[in-house]
This record gives sequence, structure tokens and C-alpha cells, in this order.
Amino acid sequence: MYNYPDSTGHFGQFGGIYMAETLIPAVEELRMQYLRYRDDPEFKAEFAYELNHYVGRPSPIYHAKNWSDRLGGAQIYLKREDLNHTGAHKINNAIGQALLAKRMGKKRVIAETGAGMHGVATATVAARYGMECIVYMGAEDILRQSPNVYRMKLLGATVVPVESGSRTLKDACNEAIRDWVANVENTFYIFGTAAGPHPYPMMVRDFQSVIGNEAKVQMPEMIGRQPDAVIACVGGGSNAIGLFYPYIEEKNVQMIGVEAGGHGLNSGLHAAPLTSNSKVGVLHGNKVYLMQDENGQIIETHSISAGLDYPGVGPEHCWLKDTGRAQYVAITDDEAMQAFHNLCRFEGIIPALESSHALAYAAKIAPTMSADKVLLVNLSGRGDKDINTVARLSGIAL
Amino acid sequence: MSRIQARFEKLKQQNRRALIPFFTAGDPSPAFTVPLMHALVTAGADVIELGVPFSDPMADGPTIQRASERALKQGMSLHGVLDLVAEFRREDNATPVVLMGYGNPIEAMGWELFAGRCAKVGVDGVLTVDFPPEESHEAFLHLQRHGIDPIFLLAPTTSEARIQQVAKLARGYVYYVSLKGVTGAGNIDLSAIEQKLPQLRKHIKLPIGVGFGIRDAQTAKAVARLCDGVVVGSRIVQQIEDSNETTVLANVTQLVSELRAAIDQT
Repeated sequence: MYNYPDSTGHFGQFGGIYMAETLIPAVEELRMQYLRYRDDPEFKAEFAYELNHYVGRPSPIYHAKNWSDRLGGAQIYLKREDLNHTGAHKINNAIGQALLAKRMGKKRVIAETGAGMHGVATATVAARYGMECIVYMGAEDILRQSPNVYRMKLLGATVVPVESGSRTLKDACNEAIRDWVANVENTFYIFGTAAGPHPYPMMVRDFQSVIGNEAKVQMPEMIGRQPDAVIACVGGGSNAIGLFYPYIEEKNVQMIGVEAGGHGLNSGLHAAPLTSNSKVGVLHGNKVYLMQDENGQIIETHSISAGLDYPGVGPEHCWLKDTGRAQYVAITDDEAMQAFHNLCRFEGIIPALESSHALAYAAKIAPTMSADKVLLVNLSGRGDKDINTVARLSGIAL
Repeated sequence: MSRIQARFEKLKQQNRRALIPFFTAGDPSPAFTVPLMHALVTAGADVIELGVPFSDPMADGPTIQRASERALKQGMSLHGVLDLVAEFRREDNATPVVLMGYGNPIEAMGWELFAGRCAKVGVDGVLTVDFPPEESHEAFLHLQRHGIDPIFLLAPTTSEARIQQVAKLARGYVYYVSLKGVTGAGNIDLSAIEQKLPQLRKHIKLPIGVGFGIRDAQTAKAVARLCDGVVVGSRIVQQIEDSNETTVLANVTQLVSELRAAIDQT
């Protein structure tokens, strides 16, 4: 029976609470409060209500038949997290944490964001529950994802550009942690991915597990059985763990996480700590596989998708890799772009560039499989936010 | 007796408080680190906290972040820092040196190798900001085996139960972070420190140093009245940043001398 993390927040050697002393009592309080409410019927009922009536869950599963036929092999099904309110899976977790923040009496929420989807989700729940909201976003990402910056502002959030380091997601995390340490008494840090200090990896996984729990009911209804494989992109890994976790004991279902291969694993310009065999290290509160140089300095990553542009990965994915329960692969920028365009043209769905990595891997293996095989891909977000990036790469001025 | 313990016992006999300056190794350049360490001692430093630069200094404000960036740009690494301590020890075998930084560079080197090298080059204590006691078992084991003091942080938010836990593990001295925030932030709240210290003293028998937010001689003096040592970091790093290569040693010496004089008035 799979039962992780352990009581100290570890998945084998991974995870933990690697935080400065000032924040240790805050993560400890968060752990206690989460454990108190996770099985509380009233909390669960409110969470379920919000997911159904505010987010629009359950999200459907769609058979991408046109695309599958063109690929000529396994059938590709899509879990449509892109149809959620705010356009991605991030809202599931943001609501869960905001409901917890409300119960803990925290009136101010902060968040880090890469692609902006978690920032938008946090700004949304802050507006919904009447909380002050500050979102930290790398200056580089602000340029790449300008529509999302304006969305956050419309929702009443303050977006703080982060100019330090590589000016992307990891630096936004650093800055959010600095804010938290200074405002720990009135502030709840709504962390966006299944990483960070315990209990975040567990809590974010639990909130995102609605994805896999729904899929486990929906797939038998659609095809009479579970899929042969579930596939999701992995940056920090929250959409992937949300899909995978309910399938862990379903040993016949293969689990495949797709990292950002950037310009290719040999180029050094990627964001694929698992597939590039990075060493184990400590960053942002947890011990995980981490892209770093020989001196333990974190190296700058590259991905076409801001949401995957992160040097680490959640501790549970590290554990699932080491135990062999899940496999991890990388998809390059170019392969992701190809899948992006194909889904637009053949299915009429504009996918997020992050999710396009998972789509691209499905497209890669589908032709090698027979037509009775089924791949379930988590379409974790919609691509409206990415149209500027795609246009620029296609040489088109909008 | 360790250098840290010896130094605090001597200070106690003299009824003086320790002055513990911090700066980042390799800032403004590696060539200045050892001369700066000697200058600090000349100006009255009792313990030197030497910062090991890290790419993602989450607990530091902009001043020390910039120092880390300057040092890393100049190729500073944990190996390099240890070499610099070895060089410092050729002329100074008495002043305790504590390495302060984040865990990942040490993880990358391996705690066993790191602790052995610390002992060899003459490092006396190690403070890893993002390694709380809960995650320090391996670190503690290796440091202890080589006689290196693990220095722990306590914060205004630390509960009494945790203070007791830290009291069991800590060696050398305990570093009380005087405010909720990053290094170099805000203004120190003297009355809050005064209120917290009895709770710390109840369990901590080691000397207690106080740092974060000490920006001038007057504050240093006021803090010194309350504890056993005063840690000054961002203010010194700011002085380094505001100086050029010809003025940096003199400017830092002057600042630290002023702090020393103020602390000794208590």
C-alpha cells in the first residue's frame, strides 16, 4: 500500500522541510491545520461545491479522434483541465488553499507564478474570498505572458516583477518566500505546485487529485476500462501528480511524466532535472532532483513554456522515478510546438505550451502502438496565454 | 576547547560582548576576502561569519543577494571559500571562523568531505540557513565527528519546545534572528528582543548572538546590552558595495571599529 509522504514529510530521501527557522513554525501550523481540515466533512463539502459550481467540474474527457486517426495508432483521450474556470488545473489547488487560509484567519495571500496560470488562479480566489493578493512573477515571464499579467491586475492582485537571478519562476519563488518570512503572521503562501516544504507537496497533490479521481470514473464510462497510460507534463509536477496519484495502485496503468527538453538534453538548455539525471539537491524547502552545477549552484533553465521553466521538480515525482512506478521523458521546444499546432488544426483546441509537451509525447508513441491502446493525456491548460509566444516564434507580429 | 568557546569565555572574563561581523566570501573579489578578514580582526571582530555565496539566497535581502551575485560572478565556490579560510589561518590561528550559507553547495560537496575539509582548514562553526534541526541529522553527525560546531538560528516565531530542541543540538553559540524578515530588512525591535531573551536563556546555556537589522553603532550598543554577541551583516556588505578597491579595507575597518567602540561602552 502506497503511503507517502511519511509523517515528517519525506518520500524516501526526498521532500522534507528545508526552511529558515522563522518559517518553520508557519509550515508546522499549516501542516496541523491541513491535517485537521482535510477530512473535515464541512471543508470537503465546501471544496467540492466550489469545484463543481465555480470551476465547472468535473472536467470532461474528450476523445481526440481526428488526431489519433492521423497518427495511426493508439487512441488519445484528453482530460480537459483547460475547460476549468481560469483555464488550467491550477484553480483546483488555489481554491483548496484559499479555503484553508480562510479557516486560518489569513487575510493576505501571496503566490509565485511562472506562466501566470497559478497567479491568475490565486488572484481569482482572492477576489472570490475577499483577500489581499500579491503575486511574484519573474520579469522575463512577465514579458512572455503579458495577457496573464493584465488578468491578474483586473482581478485586483498586485503583480510584483522579480528582477533577481534568471528572472523566472525560481526567482519568483525566492521572492515570495522573502515576503512570507517578513509577513508570516497575516499571510498565507498559496504555493502553486506539488513541491516546497512539507505539507505543500502532499496538500497540493491532494487538492489536484480530483483530476485523477474523476478520470478513474470517466474512463470506464467511456471505454469500459482504464487507459493503458496516463501522460502529463512536469514542471514542478502538480497537474501530473493530480492525475497520477489516484492511479498509483492501478499497476496496469503506465504513468509517464513529460519534462521540458528545451533545445535538447545535450544542449544544456532545458528544464528536465529527472530525465537529464540531475543530482539530488535542496531548494525551496525540499530535497529533490535539481539542476545545478558541480558547486551546488542552481543553473538557469530553458523552456519555451514559462510554466515548466524550473530547475527542480516535486519530491513525489523524484520518488516515483526512483521506485520505477512512473517513467519520465523529455520533449523539446520544437516537438511541443508541433503538437500545439496539430491540436489547434485537427481538434480545434488551443493547448497551453506546457500541456503541449505531454501531447507531443503521446503523439510520439501513439503510432508505435496498436489502435486498441488508449493514452489519457492531461490537457492541463488552455493556450490563449501563449499566442504571443507562438506568433513570435512563427515570425508573426500581432 | 574550541576556538568559539575559548573566545566567548575570554570575553566573559572581560565582561565584554562579542562583535560578529559577516560578509560574503569573494565580494568584492576573492583577492579581498583574506585581507578583509584580517581587517575585521584588527578592527575588533571576535568571530567572523563568512558567507558562502549561493545562487538562490532566499533568506537574504537585496544587499546580500547582490554580494552573492558579485562573488559567484568572480567564480567563488564552497571549495574556494575553504581555501580562503586556510589562507587566513596561516596568520590567524585564534579568531573563530563560522561559515554561513545555504545547504545545497554543501550537499553537492557531501557533508563528510565538507566537515573533514572544515576541520583541516580551520573552520570552527557552520550555519546552514535552510537546514533546520529536523533535516540536520546527517550534517550534525559529520560536523560533530570533526569537531565543527553546528550553529543554529532561532527566530521570534520559534516556540519554546523548539528552543529546547535546538538547545540540545547547538554548539558554539546560538544566533537569534531579531526580526521577522530577510537580512538587512526593517528596524530592530529592542523591546521584543528583551522580552524573548529570558525564554531563550531558560534553555540555551550557550552564548546568544543577536543579528538582523543592526545598522549602526547605536543599535549595536543597545543590542549588546541584552545578549552575548552582536552580529552585523548587511551593513558591512553595504559598506563593501559602496567602496572601491582602494577604499574598501579602510572603510570596513572604520565601520567595524565604530561598532566595537559602541559595544564596549556597555
